[in-house]
Amino acid sequence: MNEGQGALRDGVDRRGFLKCAAWAGTGLVWTVSGGVLSSRAFGQDAGAEGGRSADFMFVQISDTHIGFSKDPNKDPAATVREAIQKINALPNAPAFVLHTGDITHLAKPAEFDAAAEVLKGLKSEVHYVPGEHDVLSDETKPYLERYGKGTKGLGWRSFDHAGVHFVGLVNVVNLRASGLGYLGAEQLEWLKKDLEPVKDSTPVVVFTHMPLWTIHEKWGWGTDDSAQALQDLRRFGSVTVLNGHIHQIMQKVEGNITFHTARSLAFPQPKPGEASNPGPMKNVAADKLRDMLGITSVDVVVKRGTLALVDSTLA
Amino acid sequence: MKENRLPDTSLRVVFLGVVLLGGLGSQTSCDNGCPSCSREESQGTTHRLDSPGVAGSSVNPKVAETAAVLEQGVAILDFKFEPETLTVSPGTKVTWVNKDDEPHTATSSVKPKRFDSGVLDTAQAYSFTFVEPGSYPYFCKLHPHMTGVIVVK
Repeated sequence: MNEGQGALRDGVDRRGFLKCAAWAGTGLVWTVSGGVLSSRAFGQDAGAEGGRSADFMFVQISDTHIGFSKDPNKDPAATVREAIQKINALPNAPAFVLHTGDITHLAKPAEFDAAAEVLKGLKSEVHYVPGEHDVLSDETKPYLERYGKGTKGLGWRSFDHAGVHFVGLVNVVNLRASGLGYLGAEQLEWLKKDLEPVKDSTPVVVFTHMPLWTIHEKWGWGTDDSAQALQDLRRFGSVTVLNGHIHQIMQKVEGNITFHTARSLAFPQPKPGEASNPGPMKNVAADKLRDMLGITSVDVVVKRGTLALVDSTLA
Repeated sequence: MKENRLPDTSLRVVFLGVVLLGGLGSQTSCDNGCPSCSREESQGTTHRLDSPGVAGSSVNPKVAETAAVLEQGVAILDFKFEPETLTVSPGTKVTWVNKDDEPHTATSSVKPKRFDSGVLDTAQAYSFTFVEPGSYPYFCKLHPHMTGVIVVK
């Protein structure tokens, strides 16, 4: 995993990074360049893109569901630890890790404690947003006690890193009967004000649990009131929205906004329409489970506003 | 429609006990003074249909038989409430049982909410006695597209 990194500026040579990150052989590279998305499997030549250096890299993990212990994964803590080992072993350390929620399965104190214990193993710092499992029945206190520091309202906040503006949103509280996620007026107001001083040319990364675009309304895969948020994001040259919740990878590009969901580190969920409900897929052979769990690495070239999203599995 | 009865006799005994003791420890769903809250009048009393919402204080001599008849169930299975619409007579205790591998809730859709099971993990159950006639829509807070309604008439 440490071969051929190429000359480093202050990041990692992309080809070398991809080689090192290809622990799965089933990774997909999504590159956004000027709002146009292209993907290719690992192994294919990066071609004209060449060995452009990334300014920094970060990792997204999601849906660890600590406390879950049924088919197809009786011990999510184990699969999470495997992911942590791989993240820690990356040739260039991630600047930080984003956890897009469903840290725990039932928001019990013991589960939060266990999750914290497992995630302590990450060498990088972690920024969290909650999933609906972390704030069951609108009990936000246990989550905020642990992960609310520096956040506003129900846990939203923004930060800047190396010229990129990161925004963590909370769309899993006060879910209405529409079935979809919900941001709420207070958060939308905050977002508008938060984005005001940010230049159009600054790459923006939004991370939140439930998808900000409607993937499958019947299963609640979307956010009821995301339209205003997306409107406020349209003026930026490069916007990447990272979500979890659906336990599989889905991607969409709308102008300069790229939406991308992550795999879970606990259990896979079915594709829309391929099952009667979105619950855990149970008939997954033990040796296939790790093909369906994974992480997303994102390497960022700030000046160009390009983010290369690399999905890789635990297998 | 198949009547959903609690299959387990011991459970039924426990629930009877809960019904009789229920008036002692009121839950948050009763704090708003809602007249149809079960726990205010779950001491084995029944209500006359011509005076809805009034807390009856007379003890019904047929309380054991009444309690046995006025129990219905909703199964939470495959991300659905079954039956989706359950019609019951006033004074019926409805019990939700989660048979899914995912946690669910049965939460009243109106504000202020009339009842909330809180999170039910697999095999966990929650009961609420409906007294006042009316329609009580509810949903699962984790998966809000899951909806059901209890019709009391």
